[in-house]
Amino acid sequence: MAIKWNSYDVANFHDELVEDRGIPRPYATDLCNYLAALSDKEIIEYKAAADSAIHVMGITFRVYNDEDGSIDRAWPFDIVPRLIDKKEWQIIEVGLKQRVKALNMFIDDLYNEQNIIRDGIFPAELLEKSKNFLPQCKGFSPPLGIWAHICGSDLVRDDQGIVYVLEDNLRVPSGVSYMLENRLVMKRVFPEMFEKYSILPIDDYPSELYDMLAQMSPRDIEEPEIVVLTPGIYNSAYFEHAYLAQQMGAELVEGNDLVVGDDDIVYMRTIEGLSRIDVIYRRIDDNFLDPEVFNPDSTLGVPGLMRAWKAGNVALTNAPGSGVADDKVVYAYVPAIIEYYLGEKTLLPNVPTYKCHDAREREYVLANIEKMVVKPANESGGYGMLIGPHSSPEEHQAFRELIKADPRNYVAQPMLILSTAPTLFDTEVEPRHLDLRPFILSGKNVTVTAGGLTRVAMRKGSTVVNSSQGGGSKDTWIVDMESL
Amino acid sequence: MSMLSRVASTLYWMARYLERAENTARLVNVNSHLLLDLPRSVVLGWEPVVDILSNRELFYALHEQASEHAVVNFIVTERANPSSIISSLSAARENARTIREIIPREAWEQINTLYLFATENQHDAFSRRQRYNYLNKIILANQTITGLLAGTMTHDDGYEFLCIGRNIERADMTTRIIDVRSASLLPDMEHEQSAFDNIQWMSVLKSLTAYQMYRREVRLRINRRDVLKFLLQEEHFPRSLLHALKEVERGLERLPRNQDITKALQGANKQLMSAKPEALKQDKLHEFIDLMQIELDNLHESISHTYF
Repeated sequence: MAIKWNSYDVANFHDELVEDRGIPRPYATDLCNYLAALSDKEIIEYKAAADSAIHVMGITFRVYNDEDGSIDRAWPFDIVPRLIDKKEWQIIEVGLKQRVKALNMFIDDLYNEQNIIRDGIFPAELLEKSKNFLPQCKGFSPPLGIWAHICGSDLVRDDQGIVYVLEDNLRVPSGVSYMLENRLVMKRVFPEMFEKYSILPIDDYPSELYDMLAQMSPRDIEEPEIVVLTPGIYNSAYFEHAYLAQQMGAELVEGNDLVVGDDDIVYMRTIEGLSRIDVIYRRIDDNFLDPEVFNPDSTLGVPGLMRAWKAGNVALTNAPGSGVADDKVVYAYVPAIIEYYLGEKTLLPNVPTYKCHDAREREYVLANIEKMVVKPANESGGYGMLIGPHSSPEEHQAFRELIKADPRNYVAQPMLILSTAPTLFDTEVEPRHLDLRPFILSGKNVTVTAGGLTRVAMRKGSTVVNSSQGGGSKDTWIVDMESL
Repeated sequence: MSMLSRVASTLYWMARYLERAENTARLVNVNSHLLLDLPRSVVLGWEPVVDILSNRELFYALHEQASEHAVVNFIVTERANPSSIISSLSAARENARTIREIIPREAWEQINTLYLFATENQHDAFSRRQRYNYLNKIILANQTITGLLAGTMTHDDGYEFLCIGRNIERADMTTRIIDVRSASLLPDMEHEQSAFDNIQWMSVLKSLTAYQMYRREVRLRINRRDVLKFLLQEEHFPRSLLHALKEVERGLERLPRNQDITKALQGANKQLMSAKPEALKQDKLHEFIDLMQIELDNLHESISHTYF
């Protein structure tokens, strides 16, 4: 017998499946027993079956490096799922909806009346220095006042078992296709496990996404023309762009496929000539969207797109400029934002965050940098971060200088002790740190995926879960223990 | 929903690359077998295979001699040769990847698997013992993909572009094989046929998997006249030139904005049907084939101009 739970050491971490050495959490008991009953040979076979499914399904992501350019790597996947009790999940879900609703109201306010600044809740200088605030969007409000139609929020759990929101991704969050594919791989490899549990399904995401996008159509017609706009096959998330387009039955287009006419309407080039577009789910960053307005050298975007959008002739999701709220400094204000717009207490806590533009908080960060995680305001993918406890004194000093030079660009958080889950290495399991990215869709209703994408730091002790930096992933099961 | 021009072009090229890989695999297999059947005195070798693929210049830039190893390397695995089997499969896969939302998922998986199989086992191409199996698996996988697409993909405009691409590539290969083989394999057609001529014409048929079907159609001993007629003008054999062109014509008829192209193609097809290639001497046959190749180029150009 290969997996022995009584030698699985959860140390001082909160483990998602195991309460203490040899004692699974109630909702994980069946899974742990099932895994413990597998022989080494079976474990190796199942792992190989999962790898082969990933290989054959062509689930890949691209990694950039200076030497080789970009290469496709097979999606790293761990066959031990991560479980969450449905009862706990329902609370998280309500918290996420609250958060995204408030964030959308915040964005709409910033581009219009700016009441939150006038009322002294959010400092005007932060907005002035925000890289993601687009002055071109001022005075405009998209249908229903929704800017961030698709949001991916990263959740972590600390050693006390408390779930925090680590960050909100409101620009072009990615990962949802991997969430869907992970489930397909698990169904191919472990059909038995699906009989033991009542697991909430996730495969309706593409239909939910389609419905939400269709609601945004400026033309009130039965089948609006929806497209997914991708930078092309060399983008690290191209797999996902193609996957979502396919699952929704939408056209996958590149910038060159689209053209904006003198009538400010967006068309795509087809074998029959030009054909009108209603909704663009764009997976291109703001800066590259429209060379007429933003980066004039962009060949990825479509000249005139902003004109068409502001004329109300096409819907862009997420709306340009949504990124203003996806800034790690704005993050620190989210509890205040929720209270301001909704008059409610924040349901899902933020990780305590020190804002370096505030003199007192900055002093604290500079003095305690070796204990903290320092993040630049506008980077994603784990780039440009300092993890204090894992860095050298030279690195600490370098970051002190960076912070002093541009305080508005940095926030710092105490080093959270992230929760772990059993992760397979050869034929044994070891605890590894993880996070969770659920996806929230905002249209006429707000919907949340049942679970999300669980990302695992595969290196022992590491908390960096980004796939671009060696992270792996797990299928996430929201298990309904009451229906059994 | 009408089809994106870029997607139509990608489908077209994907099908061409797949067909090219399959045809090339056949060509190499048949040549390997042919060499075993011929006496030592008939020096045939591998160079004609390079000529069929019109790659002489590139080949000699990369290799000194047309040895078996060099030619197989060049034609099957060499990445520097854009029409080697591996390069074609890689291009087909890249094309498929950019339109994976258009083609059925299983088809993408098969194309991906085929590419991985071909690259991971490429050393098999160099061993005479393994080569046949290796190439045959590539051929079969291609047939599976064709079948999957026919059986699971909506037969819409995109599917027409796929079939058009496949048939243009097929017509191209058929004309190339006839051109090179009839010239270099059988230098002296006017004289009495030897047993080896027979074997060589058989190999031409086999390169196009036409042998069995030819025998069903033509009961006589294999001869130049009937083989040429069969491969160029047999309307019902799927790898004959006329059949491929008729398929393109049929596909074009279902596409929008097709008037000019179909008119030109119908003209070319009439010309082909009324021609008597079997009566042509070798040099005239070569001219005739050249003419057909030019027609194919024009056809490709006007499709690309109109739709892509």
